[in-house]
Amino acid sequence: MNKHLLSINDLSEDEAFEILNTASELAKISDGPMKKLPTLRGRTVVNLFFEDSTRTRISFESAAKRLSADVINFSAKGSSVSKGESLKDTAQTLQAMGADAVVIRHGASGAAQRLADSGWISASVINAGDGTHEHPTQALLDAYTIRSKFPEFSKSFKGLRVAIVGDILHSRVARSNVLLLTKLGATVTLVAPPTLIPVGVVDWNVKVSYDLDSVLKDIDVLMMLRVQSERMANSFFPSEREYSRGYGLDITRLNSLNSNAIVMHPGPMNRGFEISAESADSHKSVVLAQVSNGVLIRMAVLYQLLGGAALTGEVSV
Amino acid sequence: MEFTIANARLLDGSVVDVAIANGVISEIGNGLNVGKKVDATKNLMIPGLVDLHTHLREPGREDSETVATGSMAAAKGGFTAISAMANTFPVADTAGVVEQVYRLGQEAGFCDVFPIGAVTQGLAGKSLAELGAMANSKARVRIFSDDGKCVSDPLLMRRALEYVKTFNGIIAQHAQEPALTVDSQMNEGIVSSKLGLVGWPAVAEEAIIARDILLAEHVGSRLHICHLTTAGGVDLVRFAKARGINVTAEVTPHHLLLTDDLVSNYDPVFKVNPPLRTEKDVLALRKGLADGTIDIVGTDHAPHPNEDKDCEWQSAAFGMVGLETALSVVVKAMIDTKMMSWADLVDRMSIAPAKIAGYARHGQIIKVGAAANLTIIDTTANWVVDRNRLASKSKNTPFEGMQLPAKILHTFLNGKQVLKDGAIMNGGAIE
Repeated sequence: MNKHLLSINDLSEDEAFEILNTASELAKISDGPMKKLPTLRGRTVVNLFFEDSTRTRISFESAAKRLSADVINFSAKGSSVSKGESLKDTAQTLQAMGADAVVIRHGASGAAQRLADSGWISASVINAGDGTHEHPTQALLDAYTIRSKFPEFSKSFKGLRVAIVGDILHSRVARSNVLLLTKLGATVTLVAPPTLIPVGVVDWNVKVSYDLDSVLKDIDVLMMLRVQSERMANSFFPSEREYSRGYGLDITRLNSLNSNAIVMHPGPMNRGFEISAESADSHKSVVLAQVSNGVLIRMAVLYQLLGGAALTGEVSV
Repeated sequence: MEFTIANARLLDGSVVDVAIANGVISEIGNGLNVGKKVDATKNLMIPGLVDLHTHLREPGREDSETVATGSMAAAKGGFTAISAMANTFPVADTAGVVEQVYRLGQEAGFCDVFPIGAVTQGLAGKSLAELGAMANSKARVRIFSDDGKCVSDPLLMRRALEYVKTFNGIIAQHAQEPALTVDSQMNEGIVSSKLGLVGWPAVAEEAIIARDILLAEHVGSRLHICHLTTAGGVDLVRFAKARGINVTAEVTPHHLLLTDDLVSNYDPVFKVNPPLRTEKDVLALRKGLADGTIDIVGTDHAPHPNEDKDCEWQSAAFGMVGLETALSVVVKAMIDTKMMSWADLVDRMSIAPAKIAGYARHGQIIKVGAAANLTIIDTTANWVVDRNRLASKSKNTPFEGMQLPAKILHTFLNGKQVLKDGAIMNGGAIE
C-alpha cells in the first residue's frame, strides 16, 4: 500500500478489497472482549481539521485510539490558522512535533495532495475531505457497508447497481464513491438536475439521469447526498420545494425501491429536504451502520498506512 | 561604442557582418572591421523581440519583480521592448505612474519599457481613467488595458474604444466574463470535474471576444485581444478579420505548449489566468498563430513570490514568468513542429507587435539605418530550464526542468550590448 491515502485513485481494486477485509477482521476483534489493540502504540496521529466536521474527526479519533495511537486534534477554529498562518507553516509545526500520520480536512480541493507532495512534511497523509474533490475513507466505509448488506458481492461489485442522487458537482463523497464503486465493478447512475452534474462527467464511466423515479426500480443501493440550501441562492435550482419534489427521497419513492434495496446517506442529513424522516429512519436505511463502519474503515486505513504489527496473535497480548 | 557582429546569418539565409554605430546599423557587408567584434558565426540575427504583455510589479510589489529585474529577464529572453501592464499598486491610471515606470525602464537600460495605461480608474471597471493624459505624457501611452480584469461593462468598453481614436490608441482586452468565472480555478472540463476545482468555461472568454469584436466594428476602432486560449476564440477572431474588423490577437507561449491536465497534481505553478486549456485548444492556437489569425505572441510574464505559489491551489496567485523562456517555447511549439518558419516567428514576436503598438525603433527589418535593436540566437543549441538561474526576481516558471531549443546569446539595445554570451551585462551595458 502507498504511504498516503489522498484519492481512491491511489488504490488498486485489490488494495481496496484488502482495506475492506482488514476492516472485517477488525470488526471481529471489536466484538471480542479486547476492543483496544496495541498496534500503533507510540505513534502519533494528528487530526488537522480546517473545516468543522465533528463526525469525521471523532471517527478518526476513535479509530486511532482503538489502535493505541496518540492523537492530537488540531482545529483551525481559534488556532493560529484563523490568524493567517499558512497550511505550510501549520504542517511544519506538526512535523516538528513528530506526527506519523496527518488526517487532513480542508476546504480547498487538493490540499491533502499538496501536503503530501510539497515536501513540507514526511508523515503519511490521509485525506479526510478536501474541498469538492474527494473523501476516500467515506467511499471505503460506504463500500464496506454495501458489502455487509450484500454478501453476494463480497469478492466483486460486478452486477451491483448504485444510484447516487443530489449535488454531484460539489460533492467529494460522490467523486470518491464513483471512483471506488466503478473500480470494484458496480454500475453507477448519477441522478441530479443538470446544473448539479459536472461537465466532465462524460469521462466518469457512469450513467447520468435527470429523473429519479425512472431509476428507482433498477437499483440495489440508493445513495442520497446532502444538498446545501445555499446552492439555491446561486440558481442551481429554483427552490427547496422544487428540488425536493424532483430529487428528494419521500415515502412514495422509498416504497418503489426493490425489497432488498438499501438507502445510504453520508450525513449530516437535511431531513425533509433531500430525504424525508420516514425514509431516513426506515428499515432500508443503513445510515447508522455507515457511522459505525466508519471507525472500522479508518482503523484499517491507519493500520495499513502506518504498517502496524500483524493483527492476529496480538489481540491477546 | 561601435560593434561589428561578424558572420551573422539573417533570415534570408545570407551570412554577413553587421556594423553598429550611434545606435543604428551603419553598414552590412563582408569583412567589416568596425569597433568591437562580436563573433556570430553559425548564429541567427533577428530584430529584438517585442512583448506587448509584461507584468513588472513596480510600483507596489517590488518583492516579486522590479522594472530593473524584469528588464534584465527581458534582455536575457532576447526582448528589446516590453510593455508594462497597468495592474501595479498604485494602478498605472495616471500620467504620473506611467511616467515613473517609463523612467525606471530608461534608468535600468536593459530594454525599452513602454507602459500600458489602465482603461478604468483603479481597474475598477466603473469610469474611464485619464487616457488622454497618459497618451500625452512622456511615456506616450498607446495601449490601454485593465489586464487581470476584464472591462466587462459593454458601455464602458464602447466608450473606451471610441475615445482612444483621438490618438490612435488601442484597447487590449482581458476577455473574461466575470459572472461566468466567480471563484474559477482552472479550465472547466474533464480535469476540473475530476479535481473538484471550480471551472472556468471557454464561453466566459469567447462571449467577451464576440461582444468586443462587434463593438469594435460598430465604432470603427482598434481592439486587441490579450492571451487567446480557446479554439472558439480563434474562430471568432478569424471571423472578425474576414469581416474586415480592426482586431488583433495575442497568444502566450505557455498556452501554445501546456494543457490543463498538468493541474492534476494541484501544483500552483500551473495556475494561470486565463487558464491552461485542452489539447484541442492548443492545436487551434498553434494553427491560428501560424496562419496569422493570431497576430502576436505576448508573454503575460507574471512574477509571483514563492509564498504565493508554495501553498494550496485555491490560495495561490494566478500567473507564470515567461520572458526568459518565450522564444524557446515558441520555437518548440511552432518551428520544431514545422508549423512556422523563423521568419514567421520574427513577425509574430517582433515585427507585428512593434507595429501594433507603434514602437518605431523596434521590429525593424535588419538594414542599414535601422535602429540597432538586435538579438542573436544559437538556433541549434538546447538548454534546460533552471528556475534558480532566471534573471527575474520570481521563479514561478512552469517549464522547470524542461529541455528547450534555441539559446539567446546576445542582445543589443539601441546599439549597446545588454546581453553577452547569455549573460546580462550587470556592470551596465557595453556602450
